[in-house]
Amino acid sequence: MLKDITIGQFFPGNSIIHRLDSRFKILLDIAYVVMLFIAGNYCSLLTAGVFMLIVYMLSGISFKLIFKSLKPLLPIIIFTCILNLFFIHGEGEPLVQLGFITIYMEGITTSVFMTVRIVFLIVGMSLLTYTTSPIALTDAIERLLSPLKKLHFPVHELAMMMTIALRFIPTLIEETDKIMSAQKARGANLDTGGLIKKAKALIPVLIPLFVSAFKRANELALAMECRCYKGGEGRTRMKQLKFGMRDIIAVLIMAAMIALIVLMNIYVVIPGV
Amino acid sequence: MNAIELKGLTYKYSLGTPFESVAVDNVNLQIEKGEFCGIIGHTGSGKSTLIQHLNGLLKPTSGEVIIDGQNIWAKGVDIRSIRFKVGLVFQYSEHQLFEETVYKDIAYGPKNMGCSEEDIDRRVRQAAENMGIKDELLERSPFDLSGGQKRRVALAGVIAMDPEILILDEPAAGLDPIGREKVLKKISDYHKKYGKTILLVSHSMEDIVKYADKVLVMNKGRLFCHEDTDNVFARQDEIIKIGLDVPQITKIMMGLREKGVDLGKDIYTVERAKERILRYMDKGTIC
Repeated sequence: MLKDITIGQFFPGNSIIHRLDSRFKILLDIAYVVMLFIAGNYCSLLTAGVFMLIVYMLSGISFKLIFKSLKPLLPIIIFTCILNLFFIHGEGEPLVQLGFITIYMEGITTSVFMTVRIVFLIVGMSLLTYTTSPIALTDAIERLLSPLKKLHFPVHELAMMMTIALRFIPTLIEETDKIMSAQKARGANLDTGGLIKKAKALIPVLIPLFVSAFKRANELALAMECRCYKGGEGRTRMKQLKFGMRDIIAVLIMAAMIALIVLMNIYVVIPGV
Repeated sequence: MNAIELKGLTYKYSLGTPFESVAVDNVNLQIEKGEFCGIIGHTGSGKSTLIQHLNGLLKPTSGEVIIDGQNIWAKGVDIRSIRFKVGLVFQYSEHQLFEETVYKDIAYGPKNMGCSEEDIDRRVRQAAENMGIKDELLERSPFDLSGGQKRRVALAGVIAMDPEILILDEPAAGLDPIGREKVLKKISDYHKKYGKTILLVSHSMEDIVKYADKVLVMNKGRLFCHEDTDNVFARQDEIIKIGLDVPQITKIMMGLREKGVDLGKDIYTVERAKERILRYMDKGTIC
């Protein structure tokens, strides 16, 4: 059950997408999101979608994972879909009118449009975590936020906290699995019963988990201190982030895509949308 | 009658993902009632995965698990009742302790079984006694105990359920020599006293030969052999080849054999080695 979490999971590889500088990847991902929100009609939105699929193909990540990354966010997608369906009011005659429910043509089109946009958004964002290791990601965030240091914002500490948190997620999941198995072996009933019963049944799992997490944190802090860790001041790094030709090309492609989308917004007019 | 029977047991991790891997590969096995069986194998040989099948924590990808003549994945079998019948103690079992007092923690299993108050009390006290936990410790917090004591409390927590089959995954790992000896001795005493079926997973060949009647060797997810301790060491060369250690005394005997003094391939305890050496010297072939 716990092993099924895919969001934020990294799939090692050696594709061109994997090798892009992680800083650029974050920026490009933000650009992609901006692009999705600029896209004002189906034509431009689908172009953005096709572009994303091409990038997926380049990365060698299996298409199956697209659906896997959508699964946990399905409730949000459905919620947006329904909200738009019922609350958008068009000008013409309503299509359906049942008591307080009124559905207009515009409601349906907007709802579909928004849903497609959200799906593209999630799938595109997951590509970033699929192809970038958590360490590279936090490294990139630290570098991107480093201008904030001038404002005395603890960028390094924040990045270190994120690195540690990310590093220990799999460890904690494994540990939770182990403790759950151990308590199940003692007859714990973790899967059935009402909400309160279920919550109560989790106590034998949570207490040992907290105890070991605190112990681990303590040991880690001690180990870091033993190696003279004293924060970000004057720290050098083993892996230098470098950007090369391919990163520049990627930026150019992205810029071209955004330009294309803007042009499509202006010149492609689909009746009714 | 067999306490445990496995038929073509296969288990694959992460089925249907790029990380799919076979952890246990077509294992056929019978373990008799009352047997004290040592399970040995390299890290990643599938020992831990194998034992988690025996109480239904893992469901086999294919194959059958039969406990006491009953297929545990057959329809209508309550898997929790299997877990009370097959007690499983995990590696570093002290990590499972959570209650305020030792007493309450040991009582957790029996409580889940739905025992009455008096029954729980009797079980807790008996389990504590069997694991050498003194009465005054019962009211202490389990987090205040020493490593060895915690381990024995965790073991008592499983023994209190009075399982027919007791499976222990590295019960002595990470303890100091005295703690090791004490835990293993208590398990051995428990076996002698109640005659339950016991499966003991260990890295240490020395521990296994000292207590177990039979040895089960796992190698790369497959069952390498399941035989009487005497016979296993007849295959000592193969055992070394798959990367496992043999007891030190066996190594000495192997060295002697190379020098031309063959005292037999079934020597794995110092006592037996002494016996054989004395017998050999009596015959006067060595001075």
